[in-house]
Amino acid sequence: MAVAKAPLNPDHLTWQGGTQPMKVGYGKLMMWIFLLSDTFTFSALLISYGLVRFSFPTFKDVIPDMTYKTFELSQQYWPIPEKVFEAVPFLHGISLPLVFVGLMTFILIFSSVTMVLAVEAGHRRDKADVEKWMLWTILGGFTFLGSQAWEWAHFIHGSEEGSILANGAKVFGANLVQNEYGPAAFADFFFFITGFHGTHVLSGVVLNIIIFYNASNGVYEKRGHYEMVEKVGLYWHFVDLVWVFVFTFFYLV
Amino acid sequence: MGHSVENSTEKQKPQTKELWKVFWILLAITAVEFIIAFQISSDNNFGKWLKITLFILLTFVKSFYIVGNFMHLRQEVKSMIWTIVIPVVFVVWLLAALVYFEGGYIGSVR
Repeated sequence: MAVAKAPLNPDHLTWQGGTQPMKVGYGKLMMWIFLLSDTFTFSALLISYGLVRFSFPTFKDVIPDMTYKTFELSQQYWPIPEKVFEAVPFLHGISLPLVFVGLMTFILIFSSVTMVLAVEAGHRRDKADVEKWMLWTILGGFTFLGSQAWEWAHFIHGSEEGSILANGAKVFGANLVQNEYGPAAFADFFFFITGFHGTHVLSGVVLNIIIFYNASNGVYEKRGHYEMVEKVGLYWHFVDLVWVFVFTFFYLV
Repeated sequence: MGHSVENSTEKQKPQTKELWKVFWILLAITAVEFIIAFQISSDNNFGKWLKITLFILLTFVKSFYIVGNFMHLRQEVKSMIWTIVIPVVFVVWLLAALVYFEGGYIGSVR
């Protein structure tokens, strides 16, 4: 351990040049830069969603008498999210708008707090606590992925009634070409944005498992610090942060 | 980092009160968003834009808590904070400007 050195510059945080820009370790700074670039990607996805959505007519443009209460899905105009996402597992046929995505949001925020507790335990070099909180985080990640898998399956299969196309044919569920909820672009954006986010969650879970494995094998104990937990923690919190934005712009607005 | 690597072998007490507080704040804001979603009617233009404004504001409040407290950006040195915040501010500015000045174009080419 770096007892001889100044306490602010422990060995593992000193760069090859011997100094430490901005008082962070190299890996942590690079994780931040990577997350910054990921921010650009998700901003691009969400802003395209916004622009394309507002370039389509709303239901009020097509049927002025229709209100949010009497809204019906149609290919003619963009759907409103509370009429698309209203199903909850095991509660078939009951309209519970946005309840399930609310639950998914809760799961992700919860797994974020268990992650930061693992980081905090790492600061104290408490191996058992790191393992405990990493396990909770991994569990939260898998629960979220499972929820998303259900959400996708439901979205793809669609409702029993389906919806009627302009030529009289019926369409059920969704694919990249057409869907029962609205214009094709709606389902395309759903698949791309939630899919891209889900891929991030999946890789986050894989990273968390690696961290858990290393922590329980005493790798970080031997190394003398738990900075890896912190770096992966940054990534995991970023995934939560992205979901906060997806939740707002895709499900609420 | 805001902490120095300790050399002592004795166990420190967990400092988790602040973190759980942030968790409850995030949960409360999400609950407020739900109430707004179902209590304010979007049928008139005022309600619709009020809702959108509130949602975006609350989303940014949530992201401040996540980035500041969970990702510990608050505890970094100033130059580190600005390294992350300034590019994000520029991106938000770019997006807002593009939507505001050029956003109508997509309507005329579709």
